[in-house]
Amino acid sequence: MLHQPITKNYHDFIIERDPEKCIQCQVCVRQCSYGAHIYNEKDERVTEDEARCVGCHRCEALCPTEALTIRRNPSEFRENALWAPQFIKNIYKQADTGGVLLTGMGNPYPYPVYWDRMVLDASQVTNPSIDPLREPMELRTWLGSKPDAIEVEMKKGKPNLTTQFLPQLQINYPILFSAMSYGSINLNVHVGLARAAEELGILYNTGEGGLHQSLYKYGENTIVQCASGRFGVDSKYLNAGVAIEIKIGQGAKPGIGGHLPGEKIGKEISITRMIPEGSDAISPAPHHDIYSIEDLRQLIYALKEATDYEKPVFVKIAAVHNSAAIASGIARAGADVIAIDGFRGGTGAAPTMIRDNVGIPIELALASVDERLRQEGIRNRVSLLAAGGIRCSADVVKAIALGADAVYIGTAALIAVGCTVCQRCYTGKCPWGIATNDPYLAKRINPDIAHRRLANLVRAWGHEIQEMLGGMGLNAIESLRGNREKLRGVGLNEVELNILGIKHAGA
Amino acid sequence: MKSWQYQKDISGCGLSGIINKNGERITGESIICSIACQHDRGNGLGGGFAAYGIYPDFKDHYALHIMADNLDALHAVEGFLNQTVSVVHQEKIPTRPNKYITDPPILRRYFIEPVKEGDRICRWPGLSDDDYIVRVVMNVNRDIKGAYIFSSGKNMGAFKGVGFPEDIADFYRLDEYSGYIWTAHNRFPTNTPGWWGGAHPFTILDWSIVHNGEISSYGINKRYLEMFGYHCTLLTDTEVVAYLLDLIIRRHGLPVELACKVFAPPFWQEIDRMDKEAKRLFTAIRMVYGSGLLNGPFAILFAYNGGLVGLNDRVKLRPLVAAVKGDTVYMASEESAIRAICPDPEKVWAPKAGEPVIVTMDKGASTTKKQARLSPACAGA
Repeated sequence: MLHQPITKNYHDFIIERDPEKCIQCQVCVRQCSYGAHIYNEKDERVTEDEARCVGCHRCEALCPTEALTIRRNPSEFRENALWAPQFIKNIYKQADTGGVLLTGMGNPYPYPVYWDRMVLDASQVTNPSIDPLREPMELRTWLGSKPDAIEVEMKKGKPNLTTQFLPQLQINYPILFSAMSYGSINLNVHVGLARAAEELGILYNTGEGGLHQSLYKYGENTIVQCASGRFGVDSKYLNAGVAIEIKIGQGAKPGIGGHLPGEKIGKEISITRMIPEGSDAISPAPHHDIYSIEDLRQLIYALKEATDYEKPVFVKIAAVHNSAAIASGIARAGADVIAIDGFRGGTGAAPTMIRDNVGIPIELALASVDERLRQEGIRNRVSLLAAGGIRCSADVVKAIALGADAVYIGTAALIAVGCTVCQRCYTGKCPWGIATNDPYLAKRINPDIAHRRLANLVRAWGHEIQEMLGGMGLNAIESLRGNREKLRGVGLNEVELNILGIKHAGA
Repeated sequence: MKSWQYQKDISGCGLSGIINKNGERITGESIICSIACQHDRGNGLGGGFAAYGIYPDFKDHYALHIMADNLDALHAVEGFLNQTVSVVHQEKIPTRPNKYITDPPILRRYFIEPVKEGDRICRWPGLSDDDYIVRVVMNVNRDIKGAYIFSSGKNMGAFKGVGFPEDIADFYRLDEYSGYIWTAHNRFPTNTPGWWGGAHPFTILDWSIVHNGEISSYGINKRYLEMFGYHCTLLTDTEVVAYLLDLIIRRHGLPVELACKVFAPPFWQEIDRMDKEAKRLFTAIRMVYGSGLLNGPFAILFAYNGGLVGLNDRVKLRPLVAAVKGDTVYMASEESAIRAICPDPEKVWAPKAGEPVIVTMDKGASTTKKQARLSPACAGA
């Protein structure tokens, strides 16, 4: 027998405390919601239990004397190409508990990141690059189902539009805040997202946790989600935003539902989700009224009926092997917008095996969906949103060049308000006050600051997108959308190039 | 010579266009003179012309101009035409030797009509005549290696190849044709190899387009057109414009002025200031036809049997000048190219960015009258 559990020996991080600098102020003790810092009253000294450290760096950031450094634990297992440390540690954990491994955020493993294997074009000589500081550079985007053609009649010598349009949403940046439920993140973050969306002229997504009473006023910038648990869904909710999203799947956990444990269902969440306090909020894996595409069509039209056909209906799916055929079916089922969530998309909680092994990269899924919709001549009928692992404005530009109308960002938005991607969202103890409803932790997020930082992020990306567009000699985002001539692959094989529909660099 | 003493290479393309609104036919010498005046805008790797009203004897038949690299390719085209259309008349495109025009492809023209149902077995029943011809052109250009249909309209024709335009004109004997609309192009290829099929104009049915510029939105324009059955096979960005004209004006029925607004739409900041109806219309154009926006620098002249249109991109990154004298309207890259054939125009102006110059034939114009060349003495030729 070991003297102590092996999981304690082979912990992930070590906490270095510089005794010269530490003043025993206990800020770290108060900041660490995992109890990694301990104040020993007898000795009047702060000590640590490194096995509890998740590597979130909260203590390090807030230590007033910079006495703390969090490092990877250098203690290593015997090197083994097959038995990498995470497999060994996971087995220890499961042997301890007999449970399913849980995790948070997106797939962290070194699968190819196709964004990093694609490069962009720029003008030289034959077409002038355009300076966005001097010339108009248009990012305005419209989401919704468009007709193939418009009709006009001449009235008093002036052309007059006679085509009736399905509802369209104007966004000022091709970037939306992805679905993150109230519950998985707290109200302060939601307020920040809603206000930033309002200021920017974009949209945020409620996720499946319903809409808090205080957020109804941001309806013009809200997408309300209708997921398999139907939490918080009633007619007032459906009409509260400018669009409704049916969540079929999520990139981080395709084929899996959701589970918010009863301990987290406090009063406000209970009211917002419309479930009793303390009861588990379980979202089934499938919608139990959608067992096939024709059922999805019924739900799409039920939601349109409920909202007088005034709001576009989004359908969000996880990127999986048959995404292209599935998306085509969804377009034909009447969806106005299809969101595709790649396997790097984040989550508040997912089984580790699912997050790390199910689903496909968004770049490949997006390319094949856009191409399929074009082959079938129905690309105009839907807008496409790409989600899951968009890290910077160049990723946005590449996604649009592959065929997206706009992107969803989730993880990037949380990082903007302080997340360090420690992947422990599922614990509800987020020391940064984001993925937690503990009022003591949640108040670490100031909605005003969150709002400002989120608005800053999107505005900064907007400037960068304009620079890249101008460099390519384009002055409207629609000339980039689906313009794969602007992309070249670097180090990709022919199969990958064919799926992405791009040439290799130098060709 | 020191490096700073070298003159820099002049790059660009040259355009010229003439239309007589009354339908009087002008001999080819005028347009040749005008484009030759812009000799330095090209590099000898492409020149071409489009002429309207040149086939009065076959004015109700589609005139297919075909270039083939070899007899096998030509026979493949002829075999395909025999299956799909009725050929009323066929002949070599007349040429004369020109020392600067080397290695031309085999050039033929066919005056045809689609096979009618009930006549023989119709390959694509249910299509309109125009759609049927588009299908024929797309199939030949995509599927038959080494052969291209480079002109397919009624009572009009494109003539193009590798060479300076004045030599191309001499080669095709264009001084012997008379037309009421002429356009011409002098090419300075940068992006694509100089080859016969890649010279301007590009045409489909009676739409013809000559273009100075680079279409940076080509990637999406091309993919957009593929949704509607157009295949871009000629390795040049300009090709998309010809097909966009056919799609948007002929098939979708938008007026020419609005098609121009698809290519060079107003900025959102202008649309936001428009009255309600106009705002609705232009928002719709941008939402629905965003993939048809021609982004990047361009000056284009496009023609059809009913008129001639000049258009610049929406920030005017290429030159275009227009002039009027009597029933004749001139457009060219440079004013000198107009004054070379019309020394005393009544009005000369540079159209603003994105503002089309649309010249349509007068009602009752007769296109059978012939007029001598406009300028008896051509300084440029």
